[in-house]
Amino acid sequence: MAVSSGIPWWRTRRMRDVLFQTALLAGVVLLIAAMANNAVETMQRQKIASGFAFLDHTAGFDIVQTLVTYNETSTYGRVLLIGVLNTLLVAAIGIVITTVIGFAIGIGQLSKNWLIARLCRVYVETLRNVPLLLQIFFWYFAVLRALPGPRESWGAFDAVFLNNRGLYLPGPEAQAGFGVVVAVFVAGAIAAVVVAIRARAIREATGRTLPVGAIATALIIVPTLVVSAIAGFPLHFSMPALSGFNFAGGIVVLPEFMALVVALSTYTASYIAEAVRAGVEGVAKGQTEAASALGLSRGQMLRLVVVPQAMRQIIPPLTSQYLNLTKNSSLAVAIAYPDLVSVFAGTSLSQTGQAVEIIAITMVVYLTLSLTTSVVMNWYNARIALTER
Amino acid sequence: MATPSRKPPHVVLPGPVQWLHENLFSSWGNGALTILAALVIWWTVVPLFQWAIVDAAWTGTDREACLPHEHGACWPFITERFGQILYGFYDMAERWRVDIAFVMLAAGLVWLTVPGLPAKRPVGALMLLAYPVVAFVLLVGGFGLEPVPTERWGGLLMTLVVAIAGIVASLPLGIVLALGRRSELPVVKTLSVVFIEFWRGVPLITVLFMAANMLPLFLPDGLSVNKLLSALIAVALFSSAYMAEVVRGGLQAIPKGQYEAAQAMGLGYWQAMAFVILPQALRLSLPNIVGNFIGLLKDTSLVSIIGFFDLLGIVQSGTANADWSTPNTAYTGYAFAGALFWVMCFGMSRYAKHLEGVLKAGERR
Repeated sequence: MAVSSGIPWWRTRRMRDVLFQTALLAGVVLLIAAMANNAVETMQRQKIASGFAFLDHTAGFDIVQTLVTYNETSTYGRVLLIGVLNTLLVAAIGIVITTVIGFAIGIGQLSKNWLIARLCRVYVETLRNVPLLLQIFFWYFAVLRALPGPRESWGAFDAVFLNNRGLYLPGPEAQAGFGVVVAVFVAGAIAAVVVAIRARAIREATGRTLPVGAIATALIIVPTLVVSAIAGFPLHFSMPALSGFNFAGGIVVLPEFMALVVALSTYTASYIAEAVRAGVEGVAKGQTEAASALGLSRGQMLRLVVVPQAMRQIIPPLTSQYLNLTKNSSLAVAIAYPDLVSVFAGTSLSQTGQAVEIIAITMVVYLTLSLTTSVVMNWYNARIALTER
Repeated sequence: MATPSRKPPHVVLPGPVQWLHENLFSSWGNGALTILAALVIWWTVVPLFQWAIVDAAWTGTDREACLPHEHGACWPFITERFGQILYGFYDMAERWRVDIAFVMLAAGLVWLTVPGLPAKRPVGALMLLAYPVVAFVLLVGGFGLEPVPTERWGGLLMTLVVAIAGIVASLPLGIVLALGRRSELPVVKTLSVVFIEFWRGVPLITVLFMAANMLPLFLPDGLSVNKLLSALIAVALFSSAYMAEVVRGGLQAIPKGQYEAAQAMGLGYWQAMAFVILPQALRLSLPNIVGNFIGLLKDTSLVSIIGFFDLLGIVQSGTANADWSTPNTAYTGYAFAGALFWVMCFGMSRYAKHLEGVLKAGERR
């Protein structure tokens, strides 16, 4: 279509958009190219190796907590794996604990009991207004350092010991036949899920409610117990015991790990508590009134009316808090817990000097976690979004 | 017609007893919770009071003064190092310059936040545009002032410099990114989304590591950048992504009619944004911008990991000092730094709450 309004061709809306965007793109590409060029020149001048070959080189340093086999002859690639696993371990355990504390405090804030509500409010306002790093330092350098030495450990039942070297727990050791027990347990759990889905269909079709909880418990626990009894209870525990100046046997939870998990989960819980409170308060008053008009008990009202609607509002901020907890676990480097940043972006970087590659890999790991979570979240949000007529 | 006989209504007299019954002892379970909560408070408040006040060491110049107070705070650790906690290793004779910068900041903030004071707009513009320049000259030196290298900065000064520089630099960048993300131009939109999601997806500490280790590589040969400046750039880039999302929230809350009305008036894109959309959107985003600032202020403590002595860094290095080695030094240091952070962050969060109320009041009419 010919433009005949007297505007020169390069000033039409369309042309302007194209020109502007081309210029912007060219600018960004040029900037990146210039930076890359500088980086290559500087690295050549300073004789810094480049490329990813270092991942196959021997790292040669020790790591205090490894979930998979690692020794001084292992490679930097292995260090990366150890770091990622340690980060995921802290994140997973932290997420479980923070969810429990966060929901408890969040519901506590809504309590009819004035004192409990105030106490929970004080918890939230105190923890979320103090930097997380300070809280990690507090737990690590002040609280855990003040614990007694191994010989004066605090113990319980001769099975659990706490001292300034860590928390010693009985270590499970699988015997022959344990695999079968696990398989039976998993099969029971799958059967329970099937029953739950079926029970829901029956309830929606006929209005009849099955005792799902009891059936599921029976399906999971009874066969597992029977099979493990036949196999002679194939799970033994090695108990920690004092030998010389330290404990041997069992598993040890490092003080760094404890400080990090406690600080991360109590701090994040203050945000989760706020999300829970907002979610429950966001359920329209008419909903609870309608539920009580239908004659539902308080428990039924919460379980069937309030919680499902509140969860819709709670889950998006909850996931972003889980993500924050995972990203914040990188503060581990400050107390030398061997997470991804600490062993890879810290020790490995200073040994190899390959800053560009190592920081890029580290960021890619976190970005993958973040983007995967947000993709799953978008899918979930689309699924539970209110379908309005 | 005979009315069925009714009991007279239960008379409720408001009063302290009634209040206690309703709020604390309405049932057995509730009463048990109350007692539990009271016990928790008793077990935390009393020992804390004992530790911080009753059993604490108050005067002295070194650890000898604190050692006899086994179960009390070691306040001399704070009083002896108070200068460092505020200024770091800033030259003694030049600390008045920091004081002036602090006082100007405090005066400006009070002027802006106390309702009813006139000329908010000019004062706000002065704080955003002129204050950073004046503070920069005061702190760095020049124009006849003795230069103070940034390596000597520290303490509260460092914390505030990083947080304020971060927020001031990230505001314009965040606005541009937010507009970019809502743009209809595909290249602009994609670049904005990639930029925002990248910084939001990585932890701040990796960004700081990047600034410390990678930024020097990216610069042309011979051009070196001040360590503090490179950390500030990193913080500003990181924070601009979060700022962009906050501003985007404000933009989304503006009704479509405003955009259409601006177009109908014959305003171009930039005119519509500058005179119609952004003034409203930024006003709506203000509580969340304050929230962002709180987050940034807390996050500045991470610069201690890459070797700066900010408020937390200087306290931390003090607790590790053998001259002050007592069982209570670490507790005392963290308690003090924590209280300082808490006062700043809690104050700002109250202010954000208040702003929200003011904005809602406008909506209610």
